[in-house]
Amino acid sequence: MDLVQIFVDESFEHLQALEEALLELEDSPGNAELINTAFRAMHTIKGSAGMVGFDHVSYFTHHLETFFDRVRNGEFALTAAMSSLILECRDHIKSLIEQQSPPELMVQSEALLARLHQLAPVTQSAPATAPAKSTVSEADSLAGYWRIEMTPHTTTFTEGFDVLPVIRELQGLGESLVSYRWHAPDTPFNPLSCMLHFTLLLSCNVPRSSIDEAFMFVEGDWQIQIEKISVLEDARLGDLLVENGVVSTEQMEMMLDSKPRTGEVLRDKGIATDHQINQALQQQEFIRKQTQSQDAPQQTLKVPASKLDSLMNLVGELVIVQSAISQHAVETNDDKLKTIAEELAMLTAGVRDHTFDIRMLPIGSTFGRFRRLIRDLSVDLKKEVRLHTFGAETEMDKMVLERIGDPLVHLLRNSLDHGIEMPEVRAEKGKPREGSITLGAVHEDGQIKIVIKDDGGGLNTDRIRQKAIERGLINEHSQLNDDHIHQLIFEPGFSTAEKVSDVSGRGVGMDVVKTSIESLQGTIHISSHAGQGTQINIYLPLTLAIIDGLMVKVGDEHFILPLSAVEECVESPREYHRQGPRLIKHRGERISAARLREAFSITGEGPAIEQTIVTRIADERFGITVDEVVGQHQTVIKNLGKMYRQVRGLLGATILGNGNVALILDVADFYEQCKYQLAQSTLGANVNVKPH
Amino acid sequence: MNDAKLEKLQILSFVLDDEFFGTEIGIIQEVIEYREVTKVPRTPEFMLGVTNLRGQVIPVIDLRRYFNIGCQAISVDTCIIIIELMLDNERTSIGVLADRVCEVLELDVGAIKPPPNIGTSIDNRFIYGIADHDEQLIVLLTMSKIFSHEELQQAFESGSVASQQHEVASESQ
Repeated sequence: MDLVQIFVDESFEHLQALEEALLELEDSPGNAELINTAFRAMHTIKGSAGMVGFDHVSYFTHHLETFFDRVRNGEFALTAAMSSLILECRDHIKSLIEQQSPPELMVQSEALLARLHQLAPVTQSAPATAPAKSTVSEADSLAGYWRIEMTPHTTTFTEGFDVLPVIRELQGLGESLVSYRWHAPDTPFNPLSCMLHFTLLLSCNVPRSSIDEAFMFVEGDWQIQIEKISVLEDARLGDLLVENGVVSTEQMEMMLDSKPRTGEVLRDKGIATDHQINQALQQQEFIRKQTQSQDAPQQTLKVPASKLDSLMNLVGELVIVQSAISQHAVETNDDKLKTIAEELAMLTAGVRDHTFDIRMLPIGSTFGRFRRLIRDLSVDLKKEVRLHTFGAETEMDKMVLERIGDPLVHLLRNSLDHGIEMPEVRAEKGKPREGSITLGAVHEDGQIKIVIKDDGGGLNTDRIRQKAIERGLINEHSQLNDDHIHQLIFEPGFSTAEKVSDVSGRGVGMDVVKTSIESLQGTIHISSHAGQGTQINIYLPLTLAIIDGLMVKVGDEHFILPLSAVEECVESPREYHRQGPRLIKHRGERISAARLREAFSITGEGPAIEQTIVTRIADERFGITVDEVVGQHQTVIKNLGKMYRQVRGLLGATILGNGNVALILDVADFYEQCKYQLAQSTLGANVNVKPH
Repeated sequence: MNDAKLEKLQILSFVLDDEFFGTEIGIIQEVIEYREVTKVPRTPEFMLGVTNLRGQVIPVIDLRRYFNIGCQAISVDTCIIIIELMLDNERTSIGVLADRVCEVLELDVGAIKPPPNIGTSIDNRFIYGIADHDEQLIVLLTMSKIFSHEELQQAFESGSVASQQHEVASESQ
C-alpha cells in the first residue's frame, strides 16, 4: 500500500475516534481520557499529514491540536458550541483529505479557525505546560502493577475464615498471579494455625479502593501490604526473591558478584528451593507480560480485505477436504487414518475459527456514525433525542457489518422521524421531553440480535391496516392480529408517512431494509405498543461463509439445515398419510410441519419411523419431516448461481465428503413457501376431495 | 486476433439422442465424464441439478429435455460439456449434458448454411447454422441465446408450471 493511502485510511480512523470522543464528552464532560483521545487524534493527523505532503491539513489540524491541548490543560472547558464547531471541523478535515485540499476548501478552513478562536480566544499569559498536568500524569501513573503481600493471622482457620474467597476476589479484579510461602517453620506443625504468606501480583487497571474492599473483613487481623510498582524497569529474579523474603539482600549481593544464572546458583547452594524459585520466575514472567502490554497497548496489523477473503475461501476448501478424509477413514475403518483424520478435524476447526475471528469486528465501530446521525438529524427535526447503545463489543463478520450499516441508518431515521414525537407533544403525554432511541447488539442462540428501540408514539395499527387494504396487500376481511399487521410495513411499496420528508418516507424503505436483511440470511421483526414505542429486532447469522449444519436424508438425497435454526429432533411413526403441511403435537403445543419429501417432490416412500426437525423461525416453530437425521456437518456455503436464483427455500449448496453436492435449506424461506402452499391447498381442497 | 473476415470456424460436435450438434469452441471450458448430479427441487425437468467441479457448484442442463427430443439412458459415453458464458454480465459456468462428444472440427464458414425453417427438431431461435460434415448434418447451437435471461425465465416459468401440473395430475390419479 502506498503511503498516501495509509495516511488517508489512518486519518479517517482518527477522525472517527475524534468524533466518538466528542460525542461521548457530551455525556461525560471533562473526561480527561476522552480529551486526550481527541488531542492525540489531531496530533497524529497533523504529524502524518506533514509527512505525506498534505501541508494544509497539517496546518489546519495544528490549530485544533492546540485547542485540545488547552482544554487538556484546563484553560477552559469544552462547551456544546465548541463541540459542534469541532464536529464541523472534523467533517472539514475529512473533505480536505478526500479532495486533496482545493483552494475553496482552504478558504473555509480560515473561516472555521476564526470561529474557533472566537470561542476560545488565545490568552497571552498561557504557558500551557506546567499547571494542570494532572490528567496526563494520572494516566501515566496507571502503568505498573500492584504487589499485595498478605499474611493471614495464625488463628484464621480456627476462627472459621477462609483465605481463598479473598484471593479469588482479588483475582477477579484483573490479571493476577498468586504465589505463597510458608513462614515460621520452626514450631511443631499445627494444621489448625495458618502459617501461610501470600504474594499477589495484580495488573494495575484497578483502583486501590477495590483492592482495599477485598480486605474489608480481615483488615484488622491480617498483615497486609499493598504497593504500587511501576513496570518501567525490568524485574530481576534476584530482586523478586529478596522481596519474597526467600533470600536476604546480602546473600543476593554476594551471589550477583559471582554467577549470572541467579536461580540455579541459589538452588544449588540450598538457599532457595525449586518451588520458591519457580514462583519467583512466574512472577517475573507476569511482570514482563505487564510491561509488554504497556509497551504495545494494541498492536494491530492492517491487511487488505481481499487477502482475508481468499484465506476464507481456502479454509472453505480445507474444510471440504477434511470431511472427505474423515469420511474415507470411517469407510475404510483404518484406525491410524481415523486418528489422523480426527486430529486434522481439530486443526481445521481451529484454523476456521481463527480465520473467522480475524474477520470479526465489533459492531461498536459503527456506533459513532449512528450517534452523529441522530445528533444532526434531531437538530434538523427540532426534536430532542438521545441515542443509547449497548453491546458495542458484540462482534460480527466484517461483511455482515458492512452491509448492515445502511439498513440500520434507515431504521434509525425512521425511529427518529416517525417514532419520536416533538418535545411539546411528549410533554403533553407525560413523557420526558427528550426521546430515547436504543441501539444495541447481543449474541443470542448462536445468532446476533440487533435491537432498535424507541420510546415514541408506536405504530398506528389502524392506519397500517387501512393502507394495506388500499394497496391490496390484504383484503378487508383478513383476520390479522396487531402483530401481523405491524409486519406489513415491510411489504414492498408500503409507506404511511403523511408527507414525504427528505429524512424518510419515500415509499422505498422498509421493504428494502427487509430485503437487505434477508440477503444476509437474517430476519427482522417489529413490535410496537401505541403510545409507548416501537422495537425492531434483527436476527443475523454469525457468519455467511461456513455454518454448522445438520445433515438429513430424504430418499438418497442429502440436505443440510442450518443448525442455528434447529431446536430439536423428534421421532414419530408415519401414522397418517395425509399429504401437505400438517399439525403435529410437540411438547403440548401444536406446530405445523411439512414433509421435505412432499415439498420437494422426491419420489419414493418414507420410512415407517420418520424424523421431524423442529426449527425456530423468529417466534414461531415449524417442523420439517425427513427420513433420517445423519448428524452435524461443517457446511461451506456455495452459491447456487444465476441459473437457480429463482428457486425458493434454498440457501445454497455444499459439497459433501464424497464429492457430491447437497442442498442447504433456507428454513425461514422454506416455511414461507409451505405457508403459501398450505393457503393454496386449502383453497383447492374442495376441488380435490374425493372418496377413497 | 480480430481478423476482418472469419474463414474457418472451430466447433465441438456432440450427440444428443441421435442427432449431431455443434457449438463454437471458444466458450467451451472442458468436457468431463458424467458424474452424480444433485437435483434442485422445484425446478423444471430440463434443469438436471448441480454438480461439483473441483469445489465449484455448477448447474447442469439437459438440452434433450429442453428441446423435447429423445432421451437415451446414461452410458459410459455420457459427458458433461462445461461451457462458460456471460449471464447478466457475470461469468457463469454451465454444464451441458451430451450423450456423446465427438470431435473438434474445423468448418469453412462458407459451408455453414442458415437454418432451414422446418426439418430440425428444435426451435430455430437457438440455431445459427447447419453444416454437412462427413455426410452428417451438424446443427450449430447458439448457447448464449439458449441460456439468456429471458429464455431461461420463460422456460423456468413454463417448466415449473408444467411440473406442478404434472404433480397435480399424478396426485389425482
